[in-house]
Amino acid sequence: MDKNDLTRELSRITETDDIFKQPDIAHIFIHHHKVIQSHLLPGLKVDVKEFKDHIEVNTIVEKNVKIDKPVHMCFGMIPEEGIQKMIIKNEIQENASASFLAHCAFPNAVDIQHIMDGTIKVGKNARYRYLERHVHGFHGGVKVYPHAKILLSESARFYSEFELIKGRAGLIDINYEASCEADSVLEMITRISGKGDDQIMIKEIGHLIGERARGFLSSRVAATGNTRAEVYNKLTASAAYARGHVDCTEIIKDNGIVSAIPIVEVNHPKAHITHEAALGSVDSKQLQTLMARGLSEEAATDLIIKGLLS
Amino acid sequence: MKNILEVKDLSLSLNGRNILKNINMEVWEGYVHAIVGPNGAGKSTLASAIMGLEGYRHYSGSIQFKGKNISKLSIDERARMGITFGWQEPARYEGLLIRDFLKAAAGNKNNDFIHEQLERVGLDPDEYANRAVDKTLSGGERKKVELASILAMDPDLVLLDEPDSGIDVETLDKMFEVIKEQRKKKRTIILITHSLAVLKQADHAFIFCNGEILKKDVAKKVIPYFKNKCLPCKHKNIPEEEGVQLG
Repeated sequence: MDKNDLTRELSRITETDDIFKQPDIAHIFIHHHKVIQSHLLPGLKVDVKEFKDHIEVNTIVEKNVKIDKPVHMCFGMIPEEGIQKMIIKNEIQENASASFLAHCAFPNAVDIQHIMDGTIKVGKNARYRYLERHVHGFHGGVKVYPHAKILLSESARFYSEFELIKGRAGLIDINYEASCEADSVLEMITRISGKGDDQIMIKEIGHLIGERARGFLSSRVAATGNTRAEVYNKLTASAAYARGHVDCTEIIKDNGIVSAIPIVEVNHPKAHITHEAALGSVDSKQLQTLMARGLSEEAATDLIIKGLLS
Repeated sequence: MKNILEVKDLSLSLNGRNILKNINMEVWEGYVHAIVGPNGAGKSTLASAIMGLEGYRHYSGSIQFKGKNISKLSIDERARMGITFGWQEPARYEGLLIRDFLKAAAGNKNNDFIHEQLERVGLDPDEYANRAVDKTLSGGERKKVELASILAMDPDLVLLDEPDSGIDVETLDKMFEVIKEQRKKKRTIILITHSLAVLKQADHAFIFCNGEILKKDVAKKVIPYFKNKCLPCKHKNIPEEEGVQLG
């Protein structure tokens, strides 16, 4: 496949064909360790270094620049086997705002590793949304390691969503750790559906180190088949008026096993953090309500899970 | 009168306590029926047993729907025969859209049909169809969504447990309109209630006390009895000692 074929294939799988017709939408397509297509906008700088065994992508949204429409980043591999390793640095400078939508596609994976080591810096009063959507095949042969360190400056806002609902998760090992200065806002939401023998590990940590910093960590996992899922969410608060909440809901079906460890740690008398966790089978009343409308237990369970992960 | 539902010699114990004691009742097709009585009388337990809810299926005796014994059928099998149940406090679903919730009940009919059902219960489809059936809905809104999903299913027999619980006057009026509309369509409704206002919507009523049917008659005749002798309940748990004739 040449670059055009790969671009077409990745855009088809990730349903991003439309973006090519719109000049006000920036995008960058990376297959394996090569950029195969890109389109940038003023104020958005992307510096790429391609290596044989990895790729480095440094992105900067310059000071005071507002990018209205989401920047599409499409990462993936069409072959059945291989390793895609990405070193990512994203910087959203002071007063800037941008939303990045990362599509990660491994439709034919039999033995693929997707490794992302990221550093995200959100400047003073800047806004950054990062949505990562995975499209995997049905073999479960993907190992995904998204790891990132996130730094939020004063009054910065960072919102992230990680979603893997289509196809098999394979092995997912998420490890995000954020540090939040005064008046900043951190929101990290993860939604994953595990099937077959999938293994899901989620580790999300937020440190509210500045006064009035706020944090919210949310995970939604459906573990069906023989899926094993472990969720470790930790929020610490060490400054006055820091506020936070950790929320885990994990549903199991068949032989799925889930464990969740929500940790809250408060080191300041004027800080406040709460947590809630619900693990187990589908709620009986929810299930029976749908069954009383004529849905089979299987169909009702699927609908409840679909809603939870939507 | 044609019976759509017949309960024969039904007894049910929960945690060693006899909640329903040899219940016999016939429910006429196309009418609105009320099961009234004080808290703990066994009204909701009977409705749960009719629907076959979890924990309420180990009864003795039989329940026949459209002439068929449904005692061994699961909830969804009973629903597919035409029975459904509206909960006193309906379940909430994170992320599940009202549109999809109603579609599931309607057998995936189109959006126009779903919007019609929302309008029938006084909910603006533009505002509600794409909202989730979650805790952002008020109690009254959730009750209306429950009613809309029942209308979308269009069952032959509806069991409504405490339909007036937690809702405002306007919503209650809307619910009564829907009940009247269903009566016109010859659908059968069983209202589980201890409210006089709800009882007044019924054609026929059963008074429950201490797991037994204390009285059954047309609603107009039951209303004065219920009003005078059951509000407040003078014979709770001791109907026999009061010398009341059962049946």
